[in-house]
Formats: sequence, structure tokens, C-alpha cells
Amino acid sequence: MSKRLAEVFARCEAENRSALVGYLTAGDPSVETSEKLMLGLAEHIDIIEIGLPFSDPMADGPVIQAASERALAAGTHFDDVLHIAMRIREKYPNIGIVLMGYANVPYTIGFEAFAQRASAVGVDGVLLVDIPAEESALCADIFKQHDLSQIMLLAPTSTEERIQLAADAGDGFIYYVSLAGITGAEMGEVAKIKDKLSLIRQYSKLPICVGFGVKTTEQAADLASFADGVVVGSYFVSQITSNTNAEDVIVDNLSTSASALASAMYKAI
Amino acid sequence: MIDYDLSIKHAPDEGGHFGEYGGRFAAETLMQPLKEIEDAFFSAWADPSFHEERLDLLKNYVGRATPLYHAKQLTAEVGGAQIYLKREDLNHTGAHKVNNTIGQALLARRMGKKKVIAETGAGQHGVATATVAAMFNMQCDIYMGREDIRRQAPNVFRMKLLGANVIPVDSGNATLKDAVNEALRVWVASCEDTYYIFGTAAGPHPFPLMVRQFHTVIGQEARKQCLEQAGRLPDVAVACVGGGSNAMGLLHPMWDDEEVRLVAVEAGGHGLNSGEHAASLAKGKPGIIHGSLSYVLADNEGQISADAHSISAGLDYPGVGPELAFMMKQGRLDLDSATDDEALEAFQILTKAEGIIPALESSHALAAGMRIAATMEQDQVVLINLSGRGDKDLGTVMDLLGFDDEGKS
Ligand SMILES: Cc1ncc(COP(=O)(O)O)c(C=O)c1O
Repeated sequence: MSKRLAEVFARCEAENRSALVGYLTAGDPSVETSEKLMLGLAEHIDIIEIGLPFSDPMADGPVIQAASERALAAGTHFDDVLHIAMRIREKYPNIGIVLMGYANVPYTIGFEAFAQRASAVGVDGVLLVDIPAEESALCADIFKQHDLSQIMLLAPTSTEERIQLAADAGDGFIYYVSLAGITGAEMGEVAKIKDKLSLIRQYSKLPICVGFGVKTTEQAADLASFADGVVVGSYFVSQITSNTNAEDVIVDNLSTSASALASAMYKAI
Repeated sequence: MIDYDLSIKHAPDEGGHFGEYGGRFAAETLMQPLKEIEDAFFSAWADPSFHEERLDLLKNYVGRATPLYHAKQLTAEVGGAQIYLKREDLNHTGAHKVNNTIGQALLARRMGKKKVIAETGAGQHGVATATVAAMFNMQCDIYMGREDIRRQAPNVFRMKLLGANVIPVDSGNATLKDAVNEALRVWVASCEDTYYIFGTAAGPHPFPLMVRQFHTVIGQEARKQCLEQAGRLPDVAVACVGGGSNAMGLLHPMWDDEEVRLVAVEAGGHGLNSGEHAASLAKGKPGIIHGSLSYVLADNEGQISADAHSISAGLDYPGVGPELAFMMKQGRLDLDSATDDEALEAFQILTKAEGIIPALESSHALAAGMRIAATMEQDQVVLINLSGRGDKDLGTVMDLLGFDDEGKS
């Protein structure tokens, strides 16, 4: 697995807390502003998921759909995404960087070119929503060669057979989707999430991060008591939606909310 | 009623791959629900009582077998091969789409689902879904792009009369691809009690296989009828392609008849070089959209084209079913296309020559079929799939051709 991702989780464990994973869509609301927002957010989190904007984000709710639309309307290209990743890497040598998106973007660019370029700017992992374990043969070897962890999703509907598949194909961490739904929906029931995580741990030693619908410090604290990481996406993105122009204000808000979430994620001893 | 062949020919591999195309490129949450549909489909397909009920409904509710009509007036006007029309327009609800919705609604019922959802472009699949939902007493939500709602108003009203909710989709271009995205999003959150009746031979496995199987009644009947009426198989079989359901239905049963040339007609829109068309096979490239690897219209970084265009809402789709890509690559499927203008002209020619008003989608197959027939001998046969009737398109055509109060166009 990517050495840096392993180190992130080891560090969090040593500090007796869960990792905070934050998502923003690259290029939202513009390439320049997006770079500033990501750099601002990165200061307070352990892993940043950089969203590759896509014309047809089938697994996303209205908030991240709109972010993709804004990013594409602003003319965001893969070069810009790489540039943002590179700037984050320069400023934060230890943060985990994951590119997250839909299969058609890397497929069309070519998995080899995609992986080579991503790895060159310091990306650690790739999460493609519509490449399940069964189809990961398309890119698995290429990602491995470039030392990129392929992060697999699991969901409430995943059977033990599917958990096994993801455990075998996945690397870096497992992203557990808290509810059967799209991004931005209400978070799933904590007790159910906890049960499913215990089941997944029987099949995989990878760290498990839980995401979808996390908005509050209470939710983050609940999840942090048993998950290795907590992913926050739509909640961060929605701060861009509500402040389209005031760049500094958005950075401040992102920083404030990220630090509040992070400090809620220390485990009780 | 003919004795249908219920074997599954040219099956994909276990993961639903037709060669390198197809597969199941879906979000994790949908992988298990899709597997459940796959299992239910194979178990139903192996169960004679499933076919008994399905074929009974196709006969007595839908009106199958549909006729094969020797269009002598059209043949004379074109001057070339004999043109035969497979009359899917005479099905209940007015298009081929109902062959599939009957099959999938039976499957949904076997799986104990009480609610169905579907996407629709032209509204024909939406109407066919709303129709079977009414008959099976299932709750029904239809997702439809706002642009298509405008273009296909009569079908929207039909769906509402049938008791379905028609939910407008505003994202993207507000057409068919966006309706699919939205239906997928809703299904992710509701798959426990809801069945997604996918409307064409695309999408994640098992939809391309299953939709094809439910439609092969078209080609099996046409093949037999052609032998009876013309004393031979067609030299050329022609169908229009949106996602590929009527094309696979007509053409797939003739795959192994090597003497039959199989032609898929894509929407040429404003012309194949205009950038505004929906010719995914001719002008697109391999890509992954809506759950399968096939041909798509996309830019260099994989963004799906916002410029896909066709006069007919049912063909206005930047993707295509994976098995068509496979057949094309195998050299078993020839491509053709018809522009908006050619389709509109074919629409009028058939109407006047034969008293049959075709759907604008089917008019694309007609335009190409007539063009091909004109280059052939009189003792040859061209079989064209008349996938639907044109009532739903009268508003669009009236706007384009103009209409004055005295009824002259
Ligand atoms: C009459 C008719 N023909 C053809 C199509 C195109 O779909 P497919 O390619 O799945 O047959 C449609 C789609 O709505 C239709 O209504």
C-alpha cells in the first residue's frame, strides 16, 4: 500500500484519534479559488480527497453534482487537478492525497498516463466510484506499478462475498458508505454502521473510513469511536455553494469546521 | 403464435462482458441489487411458467405476433429491393418497448418489489412501464428530462393518466442520459423495495442481456414471417439505435444467418460532422457510462458530450448498448445513419405511401432502409423495424413542417 497512507493511519492511531478525510471537487468554483480552498482545508485534515469533476456524477447528490457543474463550467481539466495536487503536496508533505471520481475520466485519459502523472505529483491513492472489484482488472496492475492505492468502497448492501472481493482488490483504506444512497443524504444509523464495520474487519486488516452524510461534530465523534477515519464531503462543499464569491470567508469557514470536526475525533481512553 | 426459441444465444461471460464491452461498472451499493436481478432473471428464464405467463401477455395483452407487412407502395416509390416492415408500431402502447416492460415487471413481481421506477426519453418506455405498472398494480415513478417532457407532451399525459408520477429532471441537458442518472440515484437509495425497469439494451449487467432476450420475439417472428411471405430470409435487416433494444430485438436472432446483412442506424442529427448528432458507434469511442463499457460521445478527458442531438428524443443518447459495440467490432454489424432532415422526409414518405405514421425514431431506420433498398435488385428483400408509431411526434412534426388552419401542411 502507499507508504504515506499507512503512515497517516499509524500517526492517528498513535495520537489516539481517527483520521479526518475531507473532500472538495477540484476546480469548484474556479481553478484558482479551488486551489486556495484545498490548501486551506488541507491544514486541518489528514487525507484530502480531490474530486475529479465529471459530467455525469451518478452517485452524487445535488451538492456535489452542482460542484462538478461549476468546476466544468469554469474549464477545469486534468492538468488543473494535478496542479492542485502538486501544490498540496509541496505545502503538506505528510498529508494523504486521494483522487476520487468516475471511471470514464481515467479510462479516456488512459489509465497508464493517468496513474503516471498522478503519482508524479505526489498522489497516494485513487477511488473510482464505478469500478467495483469485479472490474478493477482494468487498472489494478497499473495503479500498483505507480504505487497508487486503489481504494474500494463497501456499502450496507455489500454481502460477505463482496466484502471479501473488496478486501482482496482494495488497498490504502476501505471507504464504507454509511447509507444506501447518494452523497449528501442523511447519515446512516450508527449502530448498524458499527456492526457492519466489525464484519468487514473479519475480512480485512485495512483501515476503514466511514463517509456519506457526516455534518456534525457529534456524528464525527460517534464514528470516530470505532472507525479509523471519517470522511466529510458534501458538508465542506456546501460551504462553497453558500459563499460563491467570498474566498477568504470560505477558507475561514472550512478551517473552523474542519478543526472542530478533528478535535471531536479523539477516542475516549 | 410462433414457437419461440428460449435458448440464450451469444451469451456474455459471467460478469456480463461481450468481449471487452459490457460488464457491471456500478457503485458498490448497486452491485448486490444487480446481482439479485441477474439471479432472478436466470431463474425466471429457466422456469416454463414464467414464459407461459409472459408469452400469454405478449399475445393477448400486447397483440403479438405483430405483422410483417410487405410495403408494396413504398417499394414502388423507392424502386429497388422489396421492403418489408416489422410492425412493432401495432403493439399495445405503440412501440416495441412493452416487450421488455412486460418481462421486467413479471421479474419485479417475482422478486416481491412493490414499486417500479424507469427513465424515459421519447416517453415510449415510460408509457410502457406505466402501463404494466397499472396492470400489475405497482407504484410507478418515471424520470424524464425536462426538455423531453416538452418534446413529448402527449406521452407525459398518458403516463399520468396511467397513474405514474412523472418526475422532471433538470440536470445536464435535461434529456435521456440525465434521466438515467437521476433514476440511478433514486434507485441507490430505494433498491430494497424498488425495481428499476431499465428501458434499453444498455446499462450494467444483466440489463443488456435481459432486455435483448425480452425483445428477441421481434426478430424471431420477423425471420419466420419473412421466410413464409418472401420465401427467403431478408438480404438486409435494418433497425434504428438509441440504446439498442429494438435493434438487438430484430437483429440478434439473425446473427447466425450469415447471408443477412445487419444494419444499425444511428441518429445523424445535423450531420455526422456537425458535432450535433447521437452516433455513438460511428463517431464515439470506447468509454464507461451508466454501468457499462461501450461506445460513448465524450471529450478527450471523458466528459460526456453535452452536444448529443437528435430530432427524436428516443435516439438522443450519447451512449449505446455494449453488445452492439461488440457486434460492430466483430464485423457482424454495419453502421448507417440518418439526419434529422432525412428522418423527417422518410416520416412523410411512409405516411403518404402506405398510410402508416411512423415514430421519428423508426423514421431513421426507414430513411436508411429506403436508401439501401434503392441500390438493390427487385428480387431482394430489405426488412425494416418499424419500432413505433408516430402519434407522440405529431407536435414536433407540426412545428417543423408548419400547419395552417385549412389543414394543409
Ligand atoms: C419507437 C422507438 N424506437 C426506438 C427507440 C430507441 O430505443 P432503442 O434503441 O432501445 O430501441 C425508442 C426509444 O424511446 C422508441 O420510442
